[in-house]
Amino acid sequence: MTATTDAPAMEVGRDRRRKEDRRLITGRTRWTDNLSAPGMLHIAMVRSPVAHATIGAVNVKAAQEASGVVAVVTGADLADEQGTLPNVWSITPDQKVPPHPSVAVDTVRFAGEVVAVVVARSAAEARDAIELVDVDYDDLPVVLDTRDALADGATILHPDLGTNESAHLVLDFQTEGAAGNVDAVIETASKDGIVFEREYEQQRLIPAFMEPRSMLCDPTGEQIVLWSATQIPHVLRVLLALSLGVSESKLRVVAPDVGGGFGGKLQVTPEEFITVLVARRLGKPCKYTETRSESLMVAHHGRAQHQKLTLAAKKDGTVTGLKVELEADMGAYLSLLGGGTPTLGAFMFNAIYKFDAYRFDLRTVFTNKAWTDAYRGAGRPEATFGIERLMDDFAHELGMDPLELREKNWIRHEEFPFTTVAGLEYDSGNYEAATAKAKELFGYDELRAEQAERRDRKDPVQLGIGVSTYTEMCGLAPSRILGALSYAAGGWEHASVRMLPTGKVEVITGSSAHGQGHETAWSQIAADALGVDFDDIEVLHGDTAVASRGMDTYGSRSLVVGGMAVVAAAEKVVEKAKVIAAHMLEASPDDVDFAGGAFSVRGTDQAKSMAEVAFAAFAAHDLPDGVEPTLEGDATIDPNTFSYPHGTHLCAVEVDTETGQVTIRKYVCVDDIGKVVNPLIVEGQVHGGVVQGIAQALFEEAVYDESGTLVTGSFTDYLVPSAADLPTMVTDRTETPATTNPLGVKGVGEAGTIASTPAVVNAAVDALRPYGVDDITMPLSPQRVWRAIQDGADR
Amino acid sequence: MIPARFDYHAPTTLDEAVRLLAEAGDEAKVLAGGQSLLPVLRLRLAAPEVVVDLGRVDELRGVREDGDTLVIGAMTSHAEVAASDAVRRHARVLSEAAATVADPQVRHRGTIGGAIAHADPAGDMPAPVLALGGELVVGGPGGRRTVPADDFFEDLFTTALGDDEILVEVRIPSHQGWGGHYAKFTRVAQQWSIVAVAAAVRTEGGSIAEAKVALTNMGSTAVRATAVEQALVGAEPSDEAVRAAAAQAAEGTSPPSDINGDADFRRNLATVLTRRAVLAAAGS
Amino acid sequence: MTSITVNVDGASYTDEVEPRMLLVQYLREQLGKTGTVVGCDTTNCGACTVHLDGRSVKSCSVLAVQADGHEVTTIEGLATNGELHPMQEAFHESHALQCGYCTPGMIMQAIDLLMDNPDPSEQEVREGLEGNLCRCTGYQNIVKAVRAAAKAGA
Repeated sequence: MTATTDAPAMEVGRDRRRKEDRRLITGRTRWTDNLSAPGMLHIAMVRSPVAHATIGAVNVKAAQEASGVVAVVTGADLADEQGTLPNVWSITPDQKVPPHPSVAVDTVRFAGEVVAVVVARSAAEARDAIELVDVDYDDLPVVLDTRDALADGATILHPDLGTNESAHLVLDFQTEGAAGNVDAVIETASKDGIVFEREYEQQRLIPAFMEPRSMLCDPTGEQIVLWSATQIPHVLRVLLALSLGVSESKLRVVAPDVGGGFGGKLQVTPEEFITVLVARRLGKPCKYTETRSESLMVAHHGRAQHQKLTLAAKKDGTVTGLKVELEADMGAYLSLLGGGTPTLGAFMFNAIYKFDAYRFDLRTVFTNKAWTDAYRGAGRPEATFGIERLMDDFAHELGMDPLELREKNWIRHEEFPFTTVAGLEYDSGNYEAATAKAKELFGYDELRAEQAERRDRKDPVQLGIGVSTYTEMCGLAPSRILGALSYAAGGWEHASVRMLPTGKVEVITGSSAHGQGHETAWSQIAADALGVDFDDIEVLHGDTAVASRGMDTYGSRSLVVGGMAVVAAAEKVVEKAKVIAAHMLEASPDDVDFAGGAFSVRGTDQAKSMAEVAFAAFAAHDLPDGVEPTLEGDATIDPNTFSYPHGTHLCAVEVDTETGQVTIRKYVCVDDIGKVVNPLIVEGQVHGGVVQGIAQALFEEAVYDESGTLVTGSFTDYLVPSAADLPTMVTDRTETPATTNPLGVKGVGEAGTIASTPAVVNAAVDALRPYGVDDITMPLSPQRVWRAIQDGADR
Repeated sequence: MIPARFDYHAPTTLDEAVRLLAEAGDEAKVLAGGQSLLPVLRLRLAAPEVVVDLGRVDELRGVREDGDTLVIGAMTSHAEVAASDAVRRHARVLSEAAATVADPQVRHRGTIGGAIAHADPAGDMPAPVLALGGELVVGGPGGRRTVPADDFFEDLFTTALGDDEILVEVRIPSHQGWGGHYAKFTRVAQQWSIVAVAAAVRTEGGSIAEAKVALTNMGSTAVRATAVEQALVGAEPSDEAVRAAAAQAAEGTSPPSDINGDADFRRNLATVLTRRAVLAAAGS
Repeated sequence: MTSITVNVDGASYTDEVEPRMLLVQYLREQLGKTGTVVGCDTTNCGACTVHLDGRSVKSCSVLAVQADGHEVTTIEGLATNGELHPMQEAFHESHALQCGYCTPGMIMQAIDLLMDNPDPSEQEVREGLEGNLCRCTGYQNIVKAVRAAAKAGA
């Protein structure tokens, strides 16, 4: 075979249409709820209608006798084997972690907590029978706000802990040149600078992925198999083994097609524990699929922080110090990451600005609400919101243009790599370029002029402009840093690249996509690395029996860590193939070049294709000494550092002052995510991320009434917006490659969400400053906006 | 998600449907388009023993003109009402309101009769029918009777329909030549009305000769804004004049307070939307 | 139990069903047509959208018994002889899906939208999709796909 002379086009950087699409657009999907097994039984949950109560009798007789019911299991029945749901992040050495049974035994602590489990031969019969389970509840006082939970005399949710505070974390940072810690810096500013204080609210949100969670456990084989719509099959497997006393080698977890996650499916759930325990007990496959009402009520919520920020600055607006005090609502129990989620924000409040001193003070607190955990951005959107709102408010205080204030304080392009006051080294960035591009695309000056005009003629529709210059830390995460933060696991990722004898390729990744297009992007990476056709590559993931090693997908880590593992594994394949090819070509590996998918002896036309080498490795008739048969490369990458995408988002809103309605007139984002593997996928991530951030600003909130019942318990009331409620945005990029990985990529999954919320709120507040408004609590419902205008007029 | 069990009947005539209802007593629910009933059944907020499906009673469908009266069969879908030339001509504000209900899929199934009989205070059908002085024709064991819209809507989810009665048709006196507009305020597009205003206006010689205005979700039922109607007689269709009249829109109303808005906010919306709806109707 | 005969994706099926069975459950559980999915329980999300006698409906809000004697088209009935429907092509070309869960319902509604309005503006597309929720894409590429399909004469 002769060498091919035409090299295939570079895949990385191409707008490749996705491999995943075919099955998804034709309905040939494998959602967990589609699956069934012979003799499968159906699970329905009896859930507490009350938020805080002791459990008296649980009467199951009527349910047991109902048509089709095979078993009714209570907390008492499972008390000895259900263990406790795990928390893997001790944000302080003395963090208090209450036991968390999957099925409540003596106390319920949030509305929706499972009290009994019905197993029946059909889903309808299981559903019918849950109404026949009669539970006696003795109500206890309900605590719904972290402030109330921390007050003297508050009802304690977990009496053995003696407090509703899970942890109090204080991180004190200062630069080498600082005159002292943040107290000193604030003290100095109070004398001859400015001290500026603000309080903001991060409302409680619900991730609301479109696919309700579903799980099927088949205990009948040699391994217990759990299919689950999860983002974390590998993590789940380890924790199921540790928590339930199942031998890990007897456990296989599969995430089939998963319909969105956004951090909401990054959890080890009571429902999964229950499904495994019940299936094992009955010796039959058991399936549980939640209803949307259940999902909104009990699948973990996000955000939920009271924020207080204190800024110290010089009179000219140069910032010097930042103090952040947070109360983060954990809900009734500590979730998998628990306090770790707001802790991630610790490193981001200082954002892109140069502070001399900074303190992060976090209290994580229990309340009688659903537990909280990661939701798109996990701690970083909260941080970016706080600092970007603060900067806009401070700019107004100084009478300075908000972009000018940012520019005065941000890390200059020439100053990279730059170590921030929080101790992170940002490798590269160019805030100037992103901002200049954004301003131009936005028509900043023209819109400011229009704003002035509307103000002059007291137009009932006012215009506002909001700024958000963000960075984020992603590519979670260097394992040693996670260890230092007392997170129980690491942040590496694994890939195998396998050349099959016929020249096709399998890429096995420990990443676990749920919409991000890894099958396509990893194929692009491998195609370039191996010189193999994009269509000859199959990406396998999500099944612990197939992708045996992995740390799954969250924290915008998959490309930066998982993608790099693919690169490294492919390099190993090429290395080994080169040695074999050299042997086949009777040359020294030093004289062999690899290009266009073929190995050639330099200066000759002697060549072997990758496919030929793969077959030779399989046949193993004549391999060089020390080289094992088959052609496969294996790599586990532990990143050295985080990656730091950044961007500038500009938002113009129209506020109808008569009704309070806020409409986005224009949204421009310029993001710098380093080098781009697939621009189409990147743009899609930005669109989706920005919209979730807009939705937090304008539409969404998980609302509880005074009894602790979730009022926004369906999409009728929890307002996920449709296309009709949203603008078309202008997206663009600058490209400042990461210097910390071979592809120069930075990750993009959460960036849009991190940036957009403050951009929108800043815009609305900007519109209404002449009306005496300086803040509006999210979501900016028409009611709240109108009320803010009325209140502002009264001042 | 899964409703409780029920017995199901799909009669093909109105008489059969009435008979089935009478047999079931108060244990039956009527299924029209199902876009309100099925969500209720799925959440198990109701668990009737019997469901009588009107989907095959063809005599209840269709739009026709009966002299000066527009007649809409109870089982006519929102999509059909919104697309009907006759409805647009004779009852413009009703046509507009039907086009705003929920979303396209729901409009393909949901019916005007089902919506009116369900009488959700946030529903869009009652206010236009009330504003235009419509009548509801009801069929029961004793035959048919006609109830003026003013007397039909009694309370939250409560109408003059008896347990054994079915809404047959909606009759609306023609308002051909009148302008009409339905101004609906929501936070997201597919949402139930937070507040909405149905306005029908007749102009003569450049001023408003007559106006009919009804409000959605400003009380337990739709209500006529009679003070506004009176104030608009002879008014110029200008912002200033209409604003003054619309200021009375919330008079006599008792708007609810919920997560979408408190009573004060709704009162404000009522005045703003009334002004906008009347101006649009006067200009249309 | 009630006997129903429904034509689904071009084939006729006769089955005994409980009256309470929703059309979406009938499709998924009895006919094995799992391409149509359930996303909510309050008729909001539109993930379950199919065509009933040629018009889009939310199959979670139709009883299987109401479909007796009628025609249903699901996402699985769109491609003919292995060739994708132009709307499916457009979604693929425009990267109008990420996780894909809302996609069948979105595609079915988009096709219906173009039946009423063959050349919609961007705003008209957005309004036409008000009953379909997506959490991944931010809708921008979906709007693009629908307008591309309109231009292609879908």
